[in-house]
This record gives sequence, structure tokens and C-alpha cells, in this order.
Amino acid sequence: MTTPFIALSAILFSIGAIGVLIRRNAIVVFMCVELMLNATNLSLITFARTNGNLEGQVAAFFVMVVAAAEVVVGLAIIMTIFRTRRSASVDDASLLKY
Amino acid sequence: MLNSLSVLSSQSPVVAPQGAGDMTIPLILVLALPAAGAAILLLGGRRTDRFGHLVGTAAALGSFVCALVLFFNLLGQPADSRAIQVDLWTWFSAGRWQVELGLLYDQLSALFLLLITGVGSLIHVYSIGYMAHDDRRRRFFAYLNLFVAAMLMLVLASDFVGLFLGWEGVGLASYLLIGFWQHKPTAAAAQKKAFVINRVGDIGLSLGISLILATFGTTSFAQVSELAHEANTGVLTAIGLLLLLAACGKSAQFPLQTWLLDAMEGPTPVSALIHAATMVTAGVYLIVRSNFIFDLAPDARSAVVAVGTITLLMGAAIGCAKDDIKKVLAGSTMSQIGYMIMASGLGTVGYAFAIFHLLTHGFFKANMFLGAGSVMHGTNDDVDMRHYGALRKAMPVTFLTFAMGYLAIIGFPGFSGFWSKDKIIEAALGENLLVGICAIIGAAVTGFYMTRLMLMTFFTKPRWEEDVHPHESPKVMTVPLIVLAALSVLGGLLLINDWIVKFLAPVVGEVHEHHPPIPAVAVSVIAVLVVAVGVALAWFLVGKKDVPREAPEDVSPFVTLARNEFFADAFNDEVIAQPGLKMIKGLHAFDDGVVDGAVMGGASAVGGLAEVSRKLQNGFVRSYALSLVGGAVLVLLALLVVNL
Repeated sequence: MTTPFIALSAILFSIGAIGVLIRRNAIVVFMCVELMLNATNLSLITFARTNGNLEGQVAAFFVMVVAAAEVVVGLAIIMTIFRTRRSASVDDASLLKY
Repeated sequence: MLNSLSVLSSQSPVVAPQGAGDMTIPLILVLALPAAGAAILLLGGRRTDRFGHLVGTAAALGSFVCALVLFFNLLGQPADSRAIQVDLWTWFSAGRWQVELGLLYDQLSALFLLLITGVGSLIHVYSIGYMAHDDRRRRFFAYLNLFVAAMLMLVLASDFVGLFLGWEGVGLASYLLIGFWQHKPTAAAAQKKAFVINRVGDIGLSLGISLILATFGTTSFAQVSELAHEANTGVLTAIGLLLLLAACGKSAQFPLQTWLLDAMEGPTPVSALIHAATMVTAGVYLIVRSNFIFDLAPDARSAVVAVGTITLLMGAAIGCAKDDIKKVLAGSTMSQIGYMIMASGLGTVGYAFAIFHLLTHGFFKANMFLGAGSVMHGTNDDVDMRHYGALRKAMPVTFLTFAMGYLAIIGFPGFSGFWSKDKIIEAALGENLLVGICAIIGAAVTGFYMTRLMLMTFFTKPRWEEDVHPHESPKVMTVPLIVLAALSVLGGLLLINDWIVKFLAPVVGEVHEHHPPIPAVAVSVIAVLVVAVGVALAWFLVGKKDVPREAPEDVSPFVTLARNEFFADAFNDEVIAQPGLKMIKGLHAFDDGVVDGAVMGGASAVGGLAEVSRKLQNGFVRSYALSLVGGAVLVLLALLVVNL
């Protein structure tokens, strides 16, 4: 009975991963990352239900806290890059290389 | 053997005899005074410039007084308890091997002490005059004192390791003094040459000591002499040959003789003290001191005799051909030390006579070297005998004292050299006819070259340079000459009643009665006759003719050979130095090519790889993300494969 939940989680994760790989806009990439995190949360909670304990739910809370912190920092970085370079494309921010 | 060794060391076989207590202080002082002199003069620096020469001379004289006190005390002891052993402290110990820093004062050391401090003091006094115009005179006296201290350490050590300390010390002092006038490139080259060639001999000594330690487990003279008969002959022969190599280096014997003639670059008092009277005789001391090894190794002794005989002829030949007065005397020194080495190789019959000749040679050769210094002092430091001539009137004292040394070295009957050389020839004839004949020929050649030197320097017509006005040296230089001349004449007194032989017998062993094939008187007559032939030959070839101011070029191959010191330098250069250089160049090329190549090649391979792989860092976040995902997928697949 958990299969649909896991399947949904896998679909959401794949959409997120593909979005990270193919989209250039930093905000969209960022949203895709959030999508992957939430897909993971869904699996964690599903497994917690299956096993009948709270560990997966606790882990999901941790993921939410970390995601919230990440949003604060990540959005700030994207904002700063956009202000200086007038672009939110991740391909434009490629100065740190060989 | 190991058991007996531990018993021996626990019993401490050397027992200080009665009355040693009161002699400990003079024995330490004799060594400490010159060492302190050197330390004061070297550490005091320029502050001691004004009186440095006086401090140095006082230290040497004080040491001589201590040596005299010790000697007369020794004579007062009964013959069988004349050795004083003073253990100062344990120098170092490793495992069962313990090296005591000990002083051994016995009959052999006693004679050396008198020679070193006595002749050393006279040469210090002489140097006050000789070095008067040198602004580094204080430093010169510091080095002289350092030399005296090291030489005394060499002859007083009770242990091969202590002897090695002195051995290296005199090597250092010799190096410093040969190159004392270091502004001259020739002097700098000569000091380096002396040092390097001495290293070859020193390797022999250190290997010899190591072999002694490996064989006997101890290096003290007393213990090794007690254990010597337990070792097998092969090992003893090897030790003997290594010690001979050491003696060859220090005493300028064939094949390590080439440094001595160049060492004449040093100031003349140095040549007299170090390169004639004392340091170069250290090899003879080493062999006589190690008599307990050589007595049991006849093959090593044969090698010693061979080396001595070759060198005595070689040195004499070089003496005949050189025009530089100091180099003639240096060739003569080689030759006379050849006599001593040869005598010490003869075994018990020769040890005492080797030491006897060493003493008389110390007197007359120091006398003649100082005389040569006096001649140079009067002729603006010219050393070429072709620029001398008829100096006897200008320098009467130098001439007369030099003549005493001359008569002593050629073996004029009654003079010290006559007694000592005669005894060696006699002993050599008794052991081996060929060696004896070589010794007699050497005596004749000695007569020739010394007469040539006398004639060219003091007789014949003056051939002085224009600005040279020969004059007698000051008193401070002539008085030591007079004392040494007296010793050259009277040195033979040591042989009265065979005193020196009996005196040294406790150290070097009793001489058994031997019957020479020719009676002793006949040997003396033959020796005097051949010397007379040599002298007469010199008179006809040099004295009767006009000596050319330039050395003639068209000379026989023999003269060319002797003038070039038997091409020993060229030989060393071709056979040892050049192949050595080639080998070093080869090693350098190997190091450059193979070793450095491997290291540098490895580095550039890593560098090249990095050059390629750093392209992966392209700065695009999404390509990093792709490799991240790819990696995760690979890990996932791997897990699946493992689980299946």
C-alpha cells in the first residue's frame, strides 16, 4: 500500500533532478532542489509509517530545518549575484574554474 | 679469547709503579703547557700580538723543563719499573670497549719527549728572530705550540685511539703551518696536497685500529701486547700492513712520499721542526711502538723493510738533482727516514737503532734546516743554491754550524750520524745482504748530495743576485744553531756502552746476540770509504767546475727522473686522480641523468596529468551536478550488483 507514495516520491525526485540539470535560471534550479528535498521527505515519512516508529518523521523535520536554512543563504547568494551581474543564469557565474 | 679479555680488563694489567704519584703533575704539565699556550694565543687574538712569541716560547721551554724532570726521575728508577701510566679519565666507552684517556711515559716516550720539547724549544727561540718581520708572528707561535702539544699527545698516549688523536692533531698543525703564507697559491696548494695525501695514510691507521679492536677487543698498548700472540698471523700481518700505510703517509715514505717536497712551502722553522725532526718521524714511532705486532708478523716486517729501502734510495736520488736548498734537505729527510723505517722493519735488532738514528737525525737535520733558513734570511729568501756560493765568509756561524750537521749526516767518523747510520747498515747487512748493500749505496749518495749542497752554498764563486748582501743572522737565530750543532756532534754519546739499546730494551725487547757476516769494524770502514767516494765525486763534478746560474737543460734521463721526483706526481695524477675524476664525472652524469631524471620525470608526468584533468573544473555548476548524479547512479548500480 505504500508503493504509490514511493512512486510519487521517485517521480518528484526525478523531476527535481532533471530540473537541476537542465534549467539555467538559478531560482528555478533552487526550486527543483527544494522539490528533491520534499520528495525525500515524502519517502522518509512513508517508511516511518511502514516501520511504525517516529525516526523517519524526525529525519523529515531535520530536512525541513536544513532546507529552511538553505533557502535563507541560497536566496541571499542568488540575490547578490543578480545585483552585480544583472543575470540569474547559473551558466554566467562560471568564474571559479581552471 | 673473550673470557680472557674480560678477566684482563677487570684486573687492569697496567699497574702504576711506586713513585708515580709525584711524577703525575710534570707529566700532565708537559702536555698541558703547549696546549695552554696555543689556546691563549689563539683565543687571545690581537691582544696577545705584542708578547705572543714570548708566551709560545715560554710554554715550549716549560714543557722541556718538565720533560727533563721526568727523564731524570726515570733514570733514578730501577730498569724494570720505569713505565708510568696515568689514566686521566674515561674518554668514551661503547659496549665492552672502553677508551681511557691515559698517558704512558716509558723509555720510548721519554726519548721522544726530550727530542720534541728540546728541539721544539730551540726552534721556538729561532723563530722569534726568523719571523720577526711577519705581522702574523703570534699566530705562527700559536700553531707551533699546537703542534708541540699534539705531537706530545701522539707519543704519550697509552692507547691507539689516543695516539690517533695526536696523529690527527699533528696533521692539522702541519696543514696550518705549511700554508702559513696562505697568500701564496703554491703554499695553499702544498698544504692541501699534504693534507689529502696524509688522509690516505690516516685511513690506514683508522682501519688498523679498527682491526685491532675487532681482533683483541681493546686498543690499549698494554693489553694488545699481552694478547698479540693469541691472534693468527694473517690478521697480525694485515694490521701491520695497515699501520705501515699510516707510517708511509705521515713519514713521507714510498708510495705516499710526494707531499713532503711541496711542504717546503712553509716557513723554514716549520720545515725544521715538523718536516724533519719530529712529525715525519711519527711513522717510525708507530712501528716501534707496535713492535708487539710486527714481531709476530714477519711478512709485514718485510714490507716495512722494502718500503724503507726504496724510499732511502729514492730520497737520496731526489736530493742529488734538486737546486732548491730546502728540497735537497727534504729529499735527504725522506732518505734518512727511509733508513729508520728500514731499521724498524728489521725487528728487535733494529728498533733501538731506528730510534737512535731518529734522535741524531732530529739534531742534525733540524740544525741544517735552520741553517738553510739562516742562509735564506741573509739572501732575501732566495732558495736556489745556484744563486748562492762562497757564503762561508759572509755567514761564518751559519757555515760552521751547518758544517757540523753536514759531517754528521754523511757519517764522518766520530759525529753522531756516523754511529747511528753505521749501526743501521750493520744490522741490515746481518739480516739481508741486498738491503745492506742498498743502505751502503744510500750512504754514498748521501755523501754526494750533501757535499754538493755544501759546495754550492758555502764554497765555489759567488753567484748572488745583484741586490743581495749576505749577512749573518741575529744571535737569537745563531744560538739555537750552535746548540743543535753541538748535539749533532755529540749525539753519538748515547751509544756509549750500548746505553740506548739497553735503555730501550724493556719496551722493544732484548737484542739477542747476532753475528754479522762481516765484522762491525769492516762495515764501518766500508761505509766511510763509500761516503768518501761520494764526497770526492761531488768535489770533481761540482766543486772543481763553475756552477752555472741556470740549471742545465741537456741532462741525462736519470737527472730528469730525479728532478721530477720520479714523476710520482704525474703518476698519481694519471693513475689515481684522472680516473677518479672520470669516475666522479660518471657518477655526476648518472646522478643528473638517471636519479634526477626519474625524480623530474615523475614530477612532470604528474604535472601533465594535472594539466589534463584540471580542464574538468570548467566552472559550470550544472556539469558538476551532472557528475554528482552520474556518481550517485554508479554507486546505486554497484550496490545493486553486489546485492544480486
